[in-house]
Amino acid sequence: MKKILIANRGEIARRIIRTCNRLGIETVAIHSEADGDLPYVSEATEAVLIGPNPVVQSYLQVEKIIEEAKKRGVDGIHPGYGLLSENADFARKVAVAGMTFIGPSSDIIEKMGDKIESRRTMIQAGVPVVPGTEEGVKSLEEALQEAEVIGYPLMLKASAGGGGIGMVRCESEQALTQQFESVKNRAKAYFGDDVIYLEKFIADARHIEVQIFGDHHGNLVHLYERNCSVQRRNQKVIEESPSPNLPQEVRERLCEAALQAGKAVNYTNAGTVEFIVDPNNEFYFLEMNTRLQVEHPVTEEVTGLDLVEWQLNVADGGELPAQDTIQTHGHAIEYRVYAEDPKTFFPSPGKLEKLQWGEGARIETGYEEGNLVTPFYDPMISKVIIHGADRDEALSKSQAFFNNVTINGVKTNISLFKEFVGSEQFVSGDYATAVLPQWMEKTKEEHTL
Amino acid sequence: MKELKASMAGTVLNVLAAEGQAITPGQAVLTIESMKMEIPVEAEIGGTVEKIHVEIGGFVNEGDLLITVGE
Repeated sequence: MKKILIANRGEIARRIIRTCNRLGIETVAIHSEADGDLPYVSEATEAVLIGPNPVVQSYLQVEKIIEEAKKRGVDGIHPGYGLLSENADFARKVAVAGMTFIGPSSDIIEKMGDKIESRRTMIQAGVPVVPGTEEGVKSLEEALQEAEVIGYPLMLKASAGGGGIGMVRCESEQALTQQFESVKNRAKAYFGDDVIYLEKFIADARHIEVQIFGDHHGNLVHLYERNCSVQRRNQKVIEESPSPNLPQEVRERLCEAALQAGKAVNYTNAGTVEFIVDPNNEFYFLEMNTRLQVEHPVTEEVTGLDLVEWQLNVADGGELPAQDTIQTHGHAIEYRVYAEDPKTFFPSPGKLEKLQWGEGARIETGYEEGNLVTPFYDPMISKVIIHGADRDEALSKSQAFFNNVTINGVKTNISLFKEFVGSEQFVSGDYATAVLPQWMEKTKEEHTL
Repeated sequence: MKELKASMAGTVLNVLAAEGQAITPGQAVLTIESMKMEIPVEAEIGGTVEKIHVEIGGFVNEGDLLITVGE
């Protein structure tokens, strides 16, 4: 490939441009009116104003993006993550227009985007899935009957959902009755599809996911796992690799199950198989993400690989290396720095009056000092990725790093990291997905966020 | 007469009260979407909604007047 268009913005666009520059591939950036001053726009070979600020009028304008790509003679389109990255229709239209979609095929995206369909596929492939309904539940009566079999607590989820949206935990029949219509309506509003299903809630679970990669020659490899259990509002805040306190034998079984999942759909390009792991190390398939993940740098840091380069190579027909050549070294932790209130997690848009990172970390950011963090898009300012020879070293480097960060102009969760990184719960490595809200509750009186 | 102002910039997703309607303190009267998060805006005081100054889909900046509430 000689030239690609990046159908995304900010940090991930900048990340893709960096690899393309190294490989001598030209890039076309698209941007809304609000994003014209962001670094990724000037760093790309070419830039196109695609529309006004709301994503539906700019970054989600499928036809316009494809038209611009054709006009500028690009060979491929990289969708980044979020936005159009898991939009099967977009992937299909890119291919029809004669360009390469840098991701899996539209069929795979479609199949794995439907959570009920993906559960069914995994059951057939022999991958363990969380107990739940095999079809969408059509009425409250049906949901209540199914819930009797599954048992409470359970999760009510949108089949087309993602990113923690359209999913609610129900502790009882009463909660299910109260939430049913609301989740259905939200599913319709967010995803245009009101199919919802029930899944057993696995208590004290860890969220562990495996990075996989497939090529067009039938090769499929895994790049080990990441623990993504530190979350707020069902969205990840800290990820690390390798997962602490995970027996090697369980790690191997997880990676094998991920390959089994990938093989079931002839997976190509970068993907992630998400699992939940219970306190007895029993694990269950949750979903497959058919794109590069936000947290891919932790895998890059421990494997020493460039996953964007791999994506471009696979999309171009290249072949993957053998599984036994992929090794890990040390420990990596990624922290997502958000423009938000560290206590309430409410957004805090504004101008980055000061942005001073200090030394000792890999910084993936879409912003520079003086830029505006607008209310139109995701609140993530940056990802901070810290690598150490082992977890202890990565943790101590993290503490030193956060003590030297200065961000003025917007509220951020840096103060939360400063305290949480040194907490007994996090340092022990023995934590489940509720760790952050539980720690905040416990330390409400003590901490000084 | 009291004024309910936006505490942050965002797009008005929903208007949950109507002019002439009685509202109570803590009642959600609007939802605003900011940075991909849906945030309910609650009435700080009770009273009657006199005027709604925004419409669904409109963009508001921090400090913009949202609703005027009378006795």
